[in-house]
Amino acid sequence: MMRWSPALLLALLAAAPWLGFSGSYEFTLMARAMVLALAALSLGFLVGGAGLVSLGHAAMLGVGGYAVAILDAHGVTEALLVLPAAVAAAALFALLTGAIAIRTSGVHFIMITLAFGQMAFFTASSLAAYGGDDGYTLYARTEIAGHRLLENRLAFHYLCLALLAGAWLLLRAILASRFGRVLRATRENAQRAEAMGFAPYAYRLAAYAIAGAVAGLAGFLMANATEFVAPSAIAWQRSGELLFMVILGGVGSLPGAILGAAAFVVAEEQLATLTEHWRLIFGPLLILAVIFLPHGLAGRHRG
Amino acid sequence: MSGTLLLVQALNGLQLGVLLFLVAAGLTLVFGVMDFINLAHGVQYMLGAYLGAHFAAIMGSFWLALPLALLGSLAIGLLLEVLVFRHLYARDHLAQVLATFGVILVLNQGVKAVWGTAPRELPVPALLDGGITIMPGLQYPVFRIAIIAAGLATAGLLWLVVERTKVGMLIRAGATNPRMVAALGVDVRRLFTLVFATGAMLAGFAGVMAAPIFSVEPGMGDTVLILAFVVIVIGGIGSIRGAFIAALLVGLIDTLGRSLMPDLMRLILDASSARQAGAAIASMLVYVAMAAVLAFRPAGLFPVRGG
Amino acid sequence: MAWRGAIVAEPLLILDGLRKHYGGLAVTDGVSLDLRMGEIHAIIGPNGAGKTTLIHQVSGTVAPDAGRVIFGGRDITRLSFPARVRAGLARSFQITSILSGFSALENAALAAQRRHGSSFRFFRAAARDATLNTAGMAALEAVGLAERATMQAGALSHGEKRQLELALALATEPRALLLDEPLAGAGQEETARLIAILRALRDRYAILLVEHDMDAVFALADRVTVLEQGRVLATGTPAAIRADAAVRAAYLGEEEIPC
Repeated sequence: MMRWSPALLLALLAAAPWLGFSGSYEFTLMARAMVLALAALSLGFLVGGAGLVSLGHAAMLGVGGYAVAILDAHGVTEALLVLPAAVAAAALFALLTGAIAIRTSGVHFIMITLAFGQMAFFTASSLAAYGGDDGYTLYARTEIAGHRLLENRLAFHYLCLALLAGAWLLLRAILASRFGRVLRATRENAQRAEAMGFAPYAYRLAAYAIAGAVAGLAGFLMANATEFVAPSAIAWQRSGELLFMVILGGVGSLPGAILGAAAFVVAEEQLATLTEHWRLIFGPLLILAVIFLPHGLAGRHRG
Repeated sequence: MSGTLLLVQALNGLQLGVLLFLVAAGLTLVFGVMDFINLAHGVQYMLGAYLGAHFAAIMGSFWLALPLALLGSLAIGLLLEVLVFRHLYARDHLAQVLATFGVILVLNQGVKAVWGTAPRELPVPALLDGGITIMPGLQYPVFRIAIIAAGLATAGLLWLVVERTKVGMLIRAGATNPRMVAALGVDVRRLFTLVFATGAMLAGFAGVMAAPIFSVEPGMGDTVLILAFVVIVIGGIGSIRGAFIAALLVGLIDTLGRSLMPDLMRLILDASSARQAGAAIASMLVYVAMAAVLAFRPAGLFPVRGG
Repeated sequence: MAWRGAIVAEPLLILDGLRKHYGGLAVTDGVSLDLRMGEIHAIIGPNGAGKTTLIHQVSGTVAPDAGRVIFGGRDITRLSFPARVRAGLARSFQITSILSGFSALENAALAAQRRHGSSFRFFRAAARDATLNTAGMAALEAVGLAERATMQAGALSHGEKRQLELALALATEPRALLLDEPLAGAGQEETARLIAILRALRDRYAILLVEHDMDAVFALADRVTVLEQGRVLATGTPAAIRADAAVRAAYLGEEEIPC
């Protein structure tokens, strides 16, 4: 069931525009869900695959998003340039901060990633040329080979879907590869991985950069979905939410991260219609979920 | 920049440092003794500030509001311990992070629901109002001096308790080797509760003291929490001495950086770029300092756990 | 068992004056010994004699305060634990350390991976990598665990886990094996099986063996070194060690040395 439910979810998203979910509101909501799912997927890869619990993952999203904004401000709106730049910038940021963060482990790692995330947040806030605290509005969505294809909602919808599905398959393949095996070994039993001749650092750092790259991709989509980038979108609370999505779906499972993100967006949307203080309901739900569902919604722990 | 301005900024840095210490001390002890990462520690600071402002508004006196806010902080801290944290001690850090994140969502929203989103104020008490001349031609607010003094006194007291008393010995032993303390037959639960209550009060105290100078608003605890994390990572988790030194360091770096960086940038950039670049670099400084410390000492300046 | 005269080559592993202090306590106090290809060199000693700390220093998980570790003529004292494994110095753990969530074959194939191509390959599924599976299978066969290949490692019996532990060391294609109590917790039947496996391994490896089971030690070892309070009390053939008066004195009240 769990194994196929994300495929089902992706199929539903593919069919949605033809099932009446084709209004502006629905497209916005689905884009939001897919962007967050992509970000959660990359974090799920990190947490489940490498055992690296990052509380600064939103920063990767932000670096990708700000790459789009900064290029936009300088008149560069060609996807063939912008997309690789966003992905590379996020991967590079991950590589640089990871090089220090991964020297530590456990709770140190959590705190350091949080601190680096906050550093990115404050840096974004101080970029007065790109909107500072208020954020930056794009002139237009990124163009593809000179065509303004992404202005078309349907095209953008399917681009998000394709990238999400592609990232899922890619990360799944990586986890099953030689590299992925070493990575999973360092997560399960670092001492044993060392006894097999693997120094965990390089593998963890590579995984961190890969997760950063995928989150950068999510950032690219986020910027284009809303045509807006702001520090508030990459605040540390977003990192906490991403972590919650990963846990909600069950740690160690990539499909779980996708489902968790979808469930999160739907829950948030539903609760927000009830009361402006929806976090008063959401917070306790989160706490109860952590205490009573240690293995996530999926209900079991994948080895 | 003139020497007097530099002195003022250094004092401001010191004052931020002692506030950070009050928050970080509880965080580092709770983590050291209980191996529990409590993100909600920041909102406990925020609640201290709100309770202080609330009681001061009702009672009309800072001096009545202070003890009431401390008691309130303690009560809320203990309530959270019973309702939430207690169920998480045996869980991994990921679960602790998430559940305490949930507590943050609730309390941040809770203060909005109760007191609204507009910033609230806690007036400086008359006794500590005004300034004193610390140098010819330089006045410095008495209240800020009082914060520094109160912070240093608390730090001294805490140091005495941790270094010189039996409870302190257990706390240190707990931070070094938690299993050993349990094996000694110490009532670990009571020790936990004590440490936890102390941490909650210290955070609440920092909140009340900070309320008259910073604005009291939702989310004010989050920034402090993250800076407190930086402090205990630099200082070494579980170390009171490390937290103290790192807190002052972070307070000074942050405050001086913000006032000096734009001027330094002026040396290489024009005025408006210098202001921008200076602000951007200044906001990164404490994190860069943290990265630098960790690059050389991954366990912080004063690592507690052996091996 | 007589000392087999065939061993004349240079020692493969030399420990030269290793020292380790914890606080004021000397846990390893100037230990020197050597290990040759094709021999089993056992280290015995009362509890707290510093056997495990010594293994840690040789394998690279604990840095000595002084002294050198020479392996294959090369000073490896500063090498990390994984780097020493890559140099051909594998170790097993006293407390079973395997990847419980992996199958037995996946465990062994991963252990072999460092010797068979790059580990920075990101796309092809490792499970379908014939080179790795062949190498992993060979290691499982060497310890008689081939028919358990597809079983999840965490579900193996205790004895089988000990066998897998050994297979993981072998799969790294080492020249020397550091075995930290390979028989720990094994029942009688399991012990007999493990002893037979170790005996079969002797000719192809240099084995440094820390073991509490004295019957096993005296059945397997070509040479025995006795540690006491971090110092070498005696080194010699099993027969010589049995006859050593100082050793007998050190062992009074401890395990009986079988005669």
